[in-house]
Formats: sequence, C-alpha cells, structure tokens
Amino acid sequence: MSTPQTRLEAHGIVVRRGGRTILDGVSLVLEGGQFTGLIGPNGSGKSTLMAVLAGLLVPDAGEVVLDGVPLARIDRRTLARRRAYLPQSPRAEWPLPVERMVALGLTPHLPAFGGLPAALAARVDAAIAQFDLGAHRYQPATTLSGGELARAMLARALVGEPELLLADEPLAGLDPRHALDGIGRLSALAGRGTLVLASLHELTLAARHATRLAVLREGRLVACGPTAEALTAGMLHEVFEVNACVTGAGTRTASVDFT
Amino acid sequence: MSARLWPLIAAALLVLGVLLSLGTGAVWLDPALLAGSVVSPKPSLPWLILWELRLPRTLLALLVGATLGLSGAALQGLLRNPLAEPGLLGVSAGAALGAVVAIYFGLAASFALAAPLLGITGALAAAALTLTVGRGGTLTMILAGAAVSGLMAAGLSLALNLAPSPWAAYEITTWLLGSLTDRGWDQLLLALPFLLAGWVCLATTARALDALTLGEAQAESLGIDISRTRLLALAGTALSVGAATAVSGAIGFIGLLAPHLVRPFVGHQPSRVLLPSAIFGAILLLYADVATRLIPTTQELKLGVLTSLAGTPFFFWLVTRLRRTAP
Repeated sequence: MSTPQTRLEAHGIVVRRGGRTILDGVSLVLEGGQFTGLIGPNGSGKSTLMAVLAGLLVPDAGEVVLDGVPLARIDRRTLARRRAYLPQSPRAEWPLPVERMVALGLTPHLPAFGGLPAALAARVDAAIAQFDLGAHRYQPATTLSGGELARAMLARALVGEPELLLADEPLAGLDPRHALDGIGRLSALAGRGTLVLASLHELTLAARHATRLAVLREGRLVACGPTAEALTAGMLHEVFEVNACVTGAGTRTASVDFT
Repeated sequence: MSARLWPLIAAALLVLGVLLSLGTGAVWLDPALLAGSVVSPKPSLPWLILWELRLPRTLLALLVGATLGLSGAALQGLLRNPLAEPGLLGVSAGAALGAVVAIYFGLAASFALAAPLLGITGALAAAALTLTVGRGGTLTMILAGAAVSGLMAAGLSLALNLAPSPWAAYEITTWLLGSLTDRGWDQLLLALPFLLAGWVCLATTARALDALTLGEAQAESLGIDISRTRLLALAGTALSVGAATAVSGAIGFIGLLAPHLVRPFVGHQPSRVLLPSAIFGAILLLYADVATRLIPTTQELKLGVLTSLAGTPFFFWLVTRLRRTAP
C-alpha cells in the first residue's frame, strides 16, 4: 500500500506545440494523502500537465521528480506499477468482459510468461467488489453505461494498488449521483494515503472534496494550495472570467454559486 | 462452440483437411493408398505424388494460412480496427512486386528461388517505408500503409505495362492471382525461417495488444512501449506475410476473416485471439486449396481468386454489422 512519503515534484515544466506554448514554467509539489483538484478553463493546459506528470509526455524543459528520482530515469514498468493514469473519457476498444478489462490494470505486475497468478486474481475480485461491479462482471465493457464505465475504469486504474493516481476529468459526463460517487471514491483513496490528482470542472465538488487545488490559466500555474485558500471569488473571476460567490471552501458544505 | 470446445473442433477440421488435401487432385489417393505408399518400397507413383506434390502443398497451405490469420489478428489488435489485415500496410503488395520483378527480369526462370527471395526483400522494404513514413500514430500508419500499397501497385502495373512479351505479362498476372500449385520443398524450406521469425515477433506483442484495448494513453501508462509494439507487429508481418506471399502470391481475406471467426469464443481479448486465429487461418486456406482442386473448371481455379470470391460476402456482412453497431 502507499506510503505518505510519496512525493511528486514538477520543476519548471515547459511544453511547446507548433509554435504555441502549452505549459509555461509550471512547478508544483504533490504528496501522498493529498487529493489535489486541477482546475482551469478549457485549453489552459490541464491535460498536457497531467500527461507530463504521468511521465507519458516528455516536456521541452523542466523535469518531473518522483521521490527524488527524475521520471525519465525510472524504468517504464516500475513507474507503471507505482502510478496509475486515466485519460479523458477512457473507453474499451473491444467488447472485453468487465473482469478482464479490470485485470488489464495488472499488466505491469504480470510475470514474463503465463496468465494471471492467483494472488493477482484475488486483487481483481477485490476491485470488482470495491467498485460495485459484481453485477457487471461478465458484461462486455463496451455496453456499460457512462457511470458504470467510469467505475470500471477507476477499478482498472486502482487494481494494481498504485501510490499515485492521475485522473484526467474523471467526472466528465457523469450525472450528479455518479459524479458524487466518483469524487467520494477519489477522496477516500487519498484518505488512505494515495497521492490523487484529478482535473475537474465541477467547482462545487472540488470545493467540497479536494484537499488542495492547483489552478492553471493559459499554461501558467496561478494558484496552488489548500482548497480553502486557493478557491476564492477573486481567483475565479481572474481565471474563469465569471463572477462567483464562494462559501465554506474546503468543507463538506462548500458551494460555488455563479452570479 | 465454447472456449473448451474450439480446440477439439479445430483438431478435427485439421485432420480431415490434411487427409483431403493429401488425397485430392488429378490422381485421387484414398487413405488406404496414402498409408500404403508410406510403407511400400519407394519410389512408387503414389509415394512420389504424396511426397513431391501433395505434402509440400498441404504444409504450405497450413503455414501460409496460419501466417495470414496470426498477422491479421495482431494487426487488428494493434490498430484496434476490425478491418485491418496484412494487406493494409503495404507488405503484401511489396512482396508481390518483389516476386514480379524476379519474373519480369527472367530471374525466376533461371533461378527458382529468385521470386521468393526478392518477394521477402520487397515485403521488408515496404514495411520499412510504412514504418518510417507512418511513425507516430495509428492513423498515420494506416495512411502510410495505403500510400505504400499504392506505390507497390503502381510498380506492378508498370511491370505489366512494360512486359517484354504477352507471355511474360500472362505469367505475372497468373502469379499475382495466388496459388499453391507446384510449390515444392525448396520453396517451403526457404520461407520457413522467415515465417518462424515473423511468428515470434508477432507473438511477443500479445500482452501489449491486450493493454491497447484501453487505448494508447492507458496502454503506455501500463508500461507498454507502443513504438516497439508497432515495430514488432510490422516487422513480424513483413517477415512472415512477406515470405508467405513470396511463395504463394497474394491471398486475400484469410487475415481479415480468421480473427473475426474466433474472437467471440475467446472473450474478444486480443492476446487470446492470436493462436486460434492462426489455426483457423490455416484451416480456411487448407480447405480453400482443396476446393480449388475439387471445383471443376477448364482453367485451374486460383487460390487467391477463390478466397477473394468467398471472402467478399463476409466483408459485406462485416461492414453492415459495423454500420449497425457504430454510434
């Protein structure tokens, strides 16, 4: 299981694409046990930052360091065992049964040859139970509803018991009940010591559940800190260009009302 | 047919197919005669037919069919596209062009192995070109494959256009139609190392293909090296399908069809499709080759023509099914 010492640092990340600067010197520190919400308008560079932090995209400048070791120097299989990544709107490309799709999360744990060892099969069972997928176990993953697929993908990401979870808009397209369920699970995961970073557009949910917020605007980090300090009406006006009223940020009764 | 049952069905179909393939032809050899020719003093006529003609032909049908089925399954998994097949990436066309160059310059007439050798070279060159131009993504790779196929097809047309004699043009055309007639041990033994090397490359992609079910981003986050997987799948296809095409000519639809036949019975998991797809590819091509010998036509019915004729309705079915299930 994860240790509270897990520490992911980004130092001066710069990413350029076709003459445009997508990320412009982003530095931040994330630690185990924190649930950090990454917020910012569309096109502010959230997905790119997620990919860089996950080690899937090599930045043009700067580096990401995990527990003192640059990601570039960590073997891809070792990194895959420690870090889980969920892209935006993940989907299954073949109609695999849900249990086999969840088991794919154990790919970096598999022995060189042969099938799934019993110890790992037990982890699949546990993940299926934990994410309430028992009724869908043998259902083709392509026929799941949006909410069920989101749960199944989260089970896929967490079945390997990673120390870090980076999820890109895990609540996109979910109805309120499933969104609440999803963010509750992320928050509980961080409560058990995992480093959780999720990009979010649901500001009220972020205000209630995220312990910290990182705010991106046009490729720059404009705020990063505990939710109560980072989420202010002034920041929302500056970053999202909307007028909002923020009450109780960082508590379970927080609300963000647009005016 | 269930996951438990398919190996039995496959084994029964294989045994029956092999007996049919050894027995069928201009001279009918029934199983008693086949068995007799093995134990009787040699050389006897049935033995010569069996050893020099039917056995290499049967083995080639199995090897070529398995290659097409395996490569089709790997490429459909890699590209996550149900219409992917070995011909898609320019490999088959490259092999055909190489072999045709050998025929065109008369090399094939003076040196029997010139066609397969140049065919394998052509396949490797085409694959290298596809990989170089199309590196970076699935879509760019498919587009590069289409461009390379087009280039190779243009080369084939040029060879036909400039053929020194109508006889040479005829020889090129009939070779392109695909056949296993009169292929012998030397061609089989030449192709075998390339086939085996290609199979190994394709088989090593199995786990990566599974992870790719989740898309490239998640596969990469699971520790899969996507570029390496692409390289292995394409190199494996170039080696095995290149060698197969160089010996048999272009044979379509087996690589497309075989994975679809077996996929529902193995839970659609790409790694579990590979072996059954190879086995059913072998079975399909074996029966198709037997059929070319049984269907009475004045000219010999070419194997590639038969697989295309029989495979096209399946393609139509696949397209209509995709139309129904596509969002």
